[in-house]
Order: sequence, then C-alpha cells, then structure tokens
Amino acid sequence: MSEKKGWKELMRGSDLPPASSLEYKTGSWRTLRPIWDPDKCTHCMFCVAYCPDMAIPVKVTEEGVKGFGGRVYKGTVRLETNFDYCKGCGICAEECPTHAIKMVREEEAAKASK
Amino acid sequence: MSKWKSITGAQAVAEAMRQINPDVVAAYPITPQTPIVEQFASFVANGIVDTEMIPVESEHSAMSCTVGASAAGARAMCATASQGLALMWEVVAAVPGLRLPIVMPIVNRALSAPINIHCDHSDSMGATTIGWIQIYSENAQEAYENTLLAIRLAEHKDVLLPVMVMQDGFIISHGVENVEIFDDDAVRKFVGERNPDRYLLDVDHPYTIGPLALPDYYFEIKRQQEEAMQNALKVYLEVGDELSKISGHKYPYFEEYKTEDAEVVIVVLSSTAGTAKDAVDELREEGKKVGLIKPILFRPFPYKEMRKALEKFKAIGVLDRSIAFGAYAPLYTEVRNALFESENKPKLQSYVYGLGGKDIFKSDIKKVFEELLSGNVNPEEQRYIRLRG
Ligand code: SF4
Ligand code: SF4
Repeated sequence: MSEKKGWKELMRGSDLPPASSLEYKTGSWRTLRPIWDPDKCTHCMFCVAYCPDMAIPVKVTEEGVKGFGGRVYKGTVRLETNFDYCKGCGICAEECPTHAIKMVREEEAAKASK
Repeated sequence: MSKWKSITGAQAVAEAMRQINPDVVAAYPITPQTPIVEQFASFVANGIVDTEMIPVESEHSAMSCTVGASAAGARAMCATASQGLALMWEVVAAVPGLRLPIVMPIVNRALSAPINIHCDHSDSMGATTIGWIQIYSENAQEAYENTLLAIRLAEHKDVLLPVMVMQDGFIISHGVENVEIFDDDAVRKFVGERNPDRYLLDVDHPYTIGPLALPDYYFEIKRQQEEAMQNALKVYLEVGDELSKISGHKYPYFEEYKTEDAEVVIVVLSSTAGTAKDAVDELREEGKKVGLIKPILFRPFPYKEMRKALEKFKAIGVLDRSIAFGAYAPLYTEVRNALFESENKPKLQSYVYGLGGKDIFKSDIKKVFEELLSGNVNPEEQRYIRLRG
C-alpha cells in the first residue's frame, strides 16, 4: 500500500473496499526471485496455474514466441513475472517440468541485472 | 395501548424480542437464560414474529450464526449466560471489531468451577474489556426496556457496537412481576428496521469484512472502536429520551435514589439495588441520611458524571457480585477510578457479596450502612458479606 491511512480515514471496522488486494504489493515480501529462462519454456502454463498470487501474466499470440528447443509456441503464452506481486515463494520453479525457472537470492539477482 | 402482564424477567426480554421482531435469532438454551429462548421459540412457532430461528449445537455456533446474519444485513440477536458466554467467547470478542450491532440479553450466572447455576456477575464482568456495551437491569421491567433501548443504541451510525443487556439469574429471570409491555405499534415504530449502510448480501456493492490486519493497521482499527464506545455515551441518552416518550420512564447512566441530602450511599448493580432501596427507606424512617446509586450503563462507564454524583458524600460502600481475583472488584474499581480526579474524596469501602447465588438480605445492607455511618472503613480492604469465617 502506498500512504498508510490514519484511523479517521479508514473504512469502519476492518472493512475494506472491494478488489483492494491489487493495492497490496506482495512483491515487497520477496527474498528469492524466480528467474525465468524463455529458451527453456514450453508455455505449458503449469507455473501460471500454480502461482498463488497470479503473478505470471499471459497473452494470446498468433505469430507465437520462441521457446524450448528453438520452437515457436502459439496461442496462450506466459510473459515475464510481475514482480510487484511475485512474493518469491518458489512454487513456479518447483512445478516447472523443464526447469525453466531458477530461484535466486534477491541481492544476487539485483547485482546480476546491473 | 400498553398492557400489564405478570411475567418473569426472562419472559419480559422475550416480549421485547417479540416487538423487535429480529430477522434472525440463533441461540442455545442455557440455565437460567433458557426461558428467554423457550418463550421466543414459541413466538416463532406460532407465527407471531417473522424471525428465522436457528437452533444450534453450541453457543460458539450460536454467536457465529448471529455474526454471519448480522454481517449479511439482518437484525440478529442471541442470548446466553455464564458457561454459554464462556463457550462463545472467541466469537463474542470478534463482534465489536467487526462493528456488528448485535444485541444479546445475558442472564447473569456464576462461572464454573465449582459449577453453579445461580446468580453472580462473574460471567459478564469477565467481558468488560472487549468492546461490548453493557447495560445492567434491576428488574423485569428494566430488562424489557433496556433491551428495546439497546437495539437503537447498537444500530446507531455513530456507535455500531454490540450490546449485552444483563438481568440477574433466577432472582429476576424466573421471578414473576407485573411488567408494563408498551404498545406494540409504538415500540415497533421506535425500534424501526435495521438500515445498514452496507451489508454483505448487497451484491451490487461488494466489500470485505473481517480481513487480516497486521501491525500496520490493527491499532488504527481498535482506535476507531474506542471512538464508537465514547460516542455511545451520548447516543445512549438520546435514544433513552426517545424511549421516554413511550414509556414515561427515564434512562440515566445510573439511578440516584434518595441521595439529595444523603451522607453515605451504597453503589450496587441490578436486583440487589431493589433490596437496598428498602433498606434505605427503613433507615430513612429512623432519620439516617442514606441513599443508593445504581449504575445502569457499565460500558462505556460514565466516569465524569459518576464523579459529580459521588463526590458529595462522606462515605461510599460499593457492593460487587463478582471478584476480580488479585485486583479490586470490578464495580469498586470504577468507583475508585471515577473519584481519582475529585478534590473531595469520600471514604470508600469495597464489599463482595452473593457469589454463586448466596442470598443478600435487607439486614445485610443495613449493616453495611451502619458500618459506613460509623466511619469504620478501609479503602484498601475487601470485605465479604455473609461469608462464613
Ligand atoms: S511451468 Fe515452466 S515450462 Fe511451463 S510455462 Fe512455466 S516456465 Fe514455462
Ligand atoms: S515465486 Fe511464487 S509468487 Fe512468484 S511467480 Fe513463482 S509461484 Fe508466483
């Protein structure tokens, strides 16, 4: 959440407006970052289905994207993880059948991306 | 037209519930609250009320159902006593934080162990710190009227807190009195319908109720709750004024009985105040300047008003029907608190009486008055009435 509200500005009790989970950036919890290697990805959607935070976005593409084995994958494909919401639980890496996702410590991932 | 009925305190509360006509009542029978639920169930079975009555397997479920119904938007009530309150405690404690205006009559009964079915206030006095409004009733008439008042107090937009309405187990709940039941139409107009600003069954306006709140928000939410509790002081008087128009009775924070010129007073809750009034009358005939203060609204506690009422006396005896083990008794604690700011502190004496339903007689109360008049008091000592040595 951005600015924290004072007690007078909150909704009564612990009530919350609808769909407010979008405002809650669970990405700040992350200590491990899933590093996705698109070259190993078969776009099987396992990681998408298992991710508890819906942090892996997808799109539909006619022309397709390059992935595992140099093949072009058409239809629904996964995109880069949304790090605003990815809390780094590692479930995607655990479930990925082709080991296309590696969990890396945040500080190392940050260093590597510099 | 109001009607006089010869009924028990429990039936008087059931009459209030009949007139309130809640959408949902979920309750489990427990001595000595049983006759409330029993009588109300007969109103449901005979089609006298429109209430959905949910017979549950335990008090924990009773309060859970009541919470669910209230959150859904219903006017929902429950009733319990003693062990029942203890069993539903987890849910009871959640209600004020959820800001659900549930009204729950409590028929005061001693808490186990040893197991006991008779009156003392150890059940509701254990629930004074969690954010329920508490109203204590002297007799069946008051239990009836306080229940009506409680509905409007609970549902007021500046309050939205649950209310417990107490009456003494057996002494009041099972004793028959003449009770004036006010005109149905007038009462129905007074209680109206619950009109929540939001409720879960309003699917066009979704919201979340009861989420997790960690250190970043929990404290702020509790601060709101305290504000609502303070608002209840004002709203209690406003709603009371409205009810007065039907009943002709007054709804003060506490009753002052023959206190104008009194030198010493007893402060006592609920049915014992009735006995104490007789003792006051008889001592007055002997020319003794004695009086009585009967607190009614116990949570929120009206400290300022209580201080103003009490500081003019020479000595005050406070009678508690429960012990706060290892601390001053609950009512005595509040009287001491109220007087802390006073320039002119009266002498105070704490008495514990009537635990587990042990009787208290006029003669016991007269002895207390004599002790107060004699000046034999020690504010740091807890004395016990009719306890075998
Ligand atoms: S589970 Fe692995 S292979 Fe399947 S879509 Fe996710 S990253 Fe690609
Ligand atoms: S690490 Fe967990 S939260 Fe992040 S993308 Fe993978 S499954 Fe989702």
